[in-house]
Amino acid sequence: MTTHTPPLKAPAAAAAGAGTGTPAGRPPRRRRSASPRHHSGWTPWLYLLPALVLLAGLLVYPIYQLGLISFLEYTQAQVSGGEPTTFKGFDNYATLFNDSQFWQVLLATVLFAAACVVSTLVVGCAMAVLLTRIRALPRLALMMAALGAWATPAITGSTVWVFLFDPDFGPVNKVLGLGDFSWTYGRYSAFALVLLEVLWCSFPFVMVTVYAGIRAIPTEVLEAASLDGASQWRIWRTIMAPMLKPILIVVTIQSIIWDFKVFTQIYVMTNGGGIAGQNLVLNVYAYQKAFASSQYSLGSAIGVVMLVILLAVTLVYLRLVRRQGEEL
Amino acid sequence: MSATTDHTVRGGARRIRTLLRVKRPGRLAAEAAALLIAVAVAFPLYWMVLSAFKPAGEIQSTDPRPWTLAPSLDSFRRVFEQQDFGRYFLNSLLVAGTVVILSALIAFLAATAVTRFRFKFRTTLLIMFLVAQMVPVEALTIPLFFLMRDFGQLNTLGSLILPHLAFSLPFAIWMLRGFVRAVPEALEEAAYIDGASRTRFLWQILFPLVFPGLVATSVFSFITTWNDFLFAKSFIISDTSQSTLPMALLVFFKPDENDWGGIMAASTVMTIPVLVFFVLVQRRLVSGLGGAVKD
Repeated sequence: MTTHTPPLKAPAAAAAGAGTGTPAGRPPRRRRSASPRHHSGWTPWLYLLPALVLLAGLLVYPIYQLGLISFLEYTQAQVSGGEPTTFKGFDNYATLFNDSQFWQVLLATVLFAAACVVSTLVVGCAMAVLLTRIRALPRLALMMAALGAWATPAITGSTVWVFLFDPDFGPVNKVLGLGDFSWTYGRYSAFALVLLEVLWCSFPFVMVTVYAGIRAIPTEVLEAASLDGASQWRIWRTIMAPMLKPILIVVTIQSIIWDFKVFTQIYVMTNGGGIAGQNLVLNVYAYQKAFASSQYSLGSAIGVVMLVILLAVTLVYLRLVRRQGEEL
Repeated sequence: MSATTDHTVRGGARRIRTLLRVKRPGRLAAEAAALLIAVAVAFPLYWMVLSAFKPAGEIQSTDPRPWTLAPSLDSFRRVFEQQDFGRYFLNSLLVAGTVVILSALIAFLAATAVTRFRFKFRTTLLIMFLVAQMVPVEALTIPLFFLMRDFGQLNTLGSLILPHLAFSLPFAIWMLRGFVRAVPEALEEAAYIDGASRTRFLWQILFPLVFPGLVATSVFSFITTWNDFLFAKSFIISDTSQSTLPMALLVFFKPDENDWGGIMAASTVMTIPVLVFFVLVQRRLVSGLGGAVKD
């Protein structure tokens, strides 16, 4: 590796975000019209083969199956082969859409995800800005604590937070003087508790990413602006915000996707969806339908609804990316 | 390399700070706030480890204290005695390790293909990889369950490895793309002129250069796989010797009274490998994230 020191810097330069230009001496167009050798037939497909096989078998085919099952009558009887599977068309969807609980769960999922996304973004961005304003030592402390929260597996994070808020043995109630108030008993307090845990383990991603983005802004630009007498607000609004926009889009989309399909936290912290299912979200709802009551068709239909919602989000994202004229 | 990166990072932050004219009292207040927040953010982890070491009597105390006078290993002992915990740990490590290594290799090949070659459907593929990242894999639990059943993979570690491998690929490819692209093409041409074969260039030149990116990517595949709860719960149903750590944790939740000491000890054991991994790759993760996002 030592013999290749100069090229080694290339990924580092890109990583540290050494400006918006391309690496030195290489015009941006060049890559597009690569040498003819690069057109050579099957080699790229050979390289892609393992990835494509895996994705086709474990992602594309299951998506097709999910859609198919959602149109069938598929319960324990069919799974064990006792009864033939029958095609039911949109019956499962009709059942689902006529069930008031489904709409309630869908609404809860959207609101809960929205609350998680907004709080994660606000806290994450605020922390990123804070990081740029402090010296190395406190920055290291905050960074390390955040990385710790980020690294914590969802399930252990969930158990610890439930324990922190335990009505009998937890420190939080004692410090806040809440007596034996049970957080998981009420619908909103239970959602709030899960939200706190989700915020705790997901703001670090936003913080680190946005911080990396702020760092990547060439200081010369900021210097020039400040020499020209631009106010801080103006620097933020006209230079930093536009340059951070791509990053903000990425973290927003990632957060939406991630928070929309929270499973472990809800499942563990509210013991499978809360008292009488008051804390169900779509994911847990689908799981309960499919695996707890063997209504695989209904579970699959819920899965399809989730898929459609997230694909819609993805399309919006793709449009945003393309509008920015980014080359794929 | 990390030293230089870190140096420029610090320099950059300081310059931004001066540029934004952060006044001294303001900065001290900001630093105090940052330290307070750091303590608050780290507290749950502290409480977890502390509770794992508390003796049974103190755990059950309705007057919890943020320290312990008689640290004990009882909870850990209980954890490791119960339910083949060591075996679960190895299973988790095996699943996550396999996914990390294989997905890194496969994603490296794929990322190379989409960045260094021009071919038909290239853009289509890229968009597909992007869309694939957004698929709620949790929704696929049901069809995957039947797929694993049909291939006789239920109750095997394979039923956990294969899906996670596939799901971690799109993001890994997307992230590695920036790193592969940053390697100058002149280098490739020079290698060929010197008589290197394409395979040799791929593994002996490109691979080491992209390695920092692979490390950053691995963090994500490691975490999602290590975190997996849903698939383990759904696919490992009768053969508990094939179970992974999250399942072992649930044993300590009891209907009448949870064994908090056991839960916290098991949680600690489950969290530490990820923490160690994070600390090891922390710098590359942060710079890698900057690179991937910028791209």
